[in-house]
Amino acid sequence: MADQEHEWILRLGDDALVLAQRLSEWCSHGPALEEDIALSNIALDLLGQARALLTLAGQREGLGRDEDALAYFRTDREFRNALLVELPNGDFGDTIVRQMLFDQFAVLRYEALASQTVDLELAAIAAKALKEVRYHAAHSAQWVVRLGDGTEESHRRVQESLNMLWPYTAELFEDDAVSKACNEAGVLPLNASFTARWTEQVRAILEEATLTCPESTALLTGGRSGRHTEHLSYMLAEMQVLQRTYPGAEW
Amino acid sequence: MVSDRIAQVERILDGVMDPELPFLTITELGMIQGCDLDEDGTVVIRLTPTYSGCPATDAIQDDIKSALQPVEPRFRIDIVHAPAWTTDWISAEAREKMRLNGIAPPEGTSADKAFLLGKSHTVPCPRCASEDTRLVSPFGSTACKAHYQCNACAEPFDHFKCF
Repeated sequence: MADQEHEWILRLGDDALVLAQRLSEWCSHGPALEEDIALSNIALDLLGQARALLTLAGQREGLGRDEDALAYFRTDREFRNALLVELPNGDFGDTIVRQMLFDQFAVLRYEALASQTVDLELAAIAAKALKEVRYHAAHSAQWVVRLGDGTEESHRRVQESLNMLWPYTAELFEDDAVSKACNEAGVLPLNASFTARWTEQVRAILEEATLTCPESTALLTGGRSGRHTEHLSYMLAEMQVLQRTYPGAEW
Repeated sequence: MVSDRIAQVERILDGVMDPELPFLTITELGMIQGCDLDEDGTVVIRLTPTYSGCPATDAIQDDIKSALQPVEPRFRIDIVHAPAWTTDWISAEAREKMRLNGIAPPEGTSADKAFLLGKSHTVPCPRCASEDTRLVSPFGSTACKAHYQCNACAEPFDHFKCF
């Protein structure tokens, strides 16, 4: 059990870490000052969640790895995030549609963890993170509606963002030996149990945004077992270079 | 003896200010969840972060250490996540200090969840007290604040989010 739980918490922590790193690329590049600050604040919340989750994953693993060892000294093949969060930011529309798709999932996952998990430390981290991701979810949904139901150009562009990102969403709801073992041990419901509510909520947002929900059945997957896009490797190279060149460096 | 040591630590903690809100102590913000002695006689301070990623949490730990070390070298800081920090723990006096320093304090309690549903509370202007204000951005200068502007006196101001 312990092995699988550590592996499962890594997935949660890596989703937060990789998306935090992506969003922080917007810092000083935002389309408006308010959105620059918003994306940086969301990145900061996610980074804080990642720190707590990776620390816990290291403790459950029991090999003495701390948050820094896990963030800076794993290779791309050892990361367990979903592919959706490692994709390049694209334009603001791509970023905010990805954020909405992820936030709606994160809320459901943290809700379940906060109230149902047998791991009390995980429940505590989730209860705190839940308040933060609900705030993010309100923000990203509001922007998707604004852009979708905005001008002709903004509508066309976020529809393209949605069509491009949609095939990556199915991975969030996949289950495998790890998630099934964790479910049996009472750590978390199966990922598939979030599908119906997520679909319902996302469809409601898209409807208000006058956007068309893609019907794609393509399934782009692999992140949970370490098979990533090349985008993650470039991102990690930048994120890890300092610690790998000067291990233990502080400033 | 034991209670003397705890009382002394609590007195010192009452003097540690928040780095982002330097007119409020970390106790007034509800970040100290308690102090007690462990079996080795070490004073354990239970500190809760406001937001998961709040960078001030590290600075606050450094400030606690430099304040305590000269008088009480045997202490440890434990970061606790449960129960999750809420603005409900901010005292009425602290809310008034925020207002006097140009920050609109959290309104109501976190339980009504209005902020999550996009139905923001009425946030009175800390400068002229007008209730005719508008949300400029749900994210502000720090994780704990949103950005507002007063329609009556045009003052831009921070609102400490109800969380």
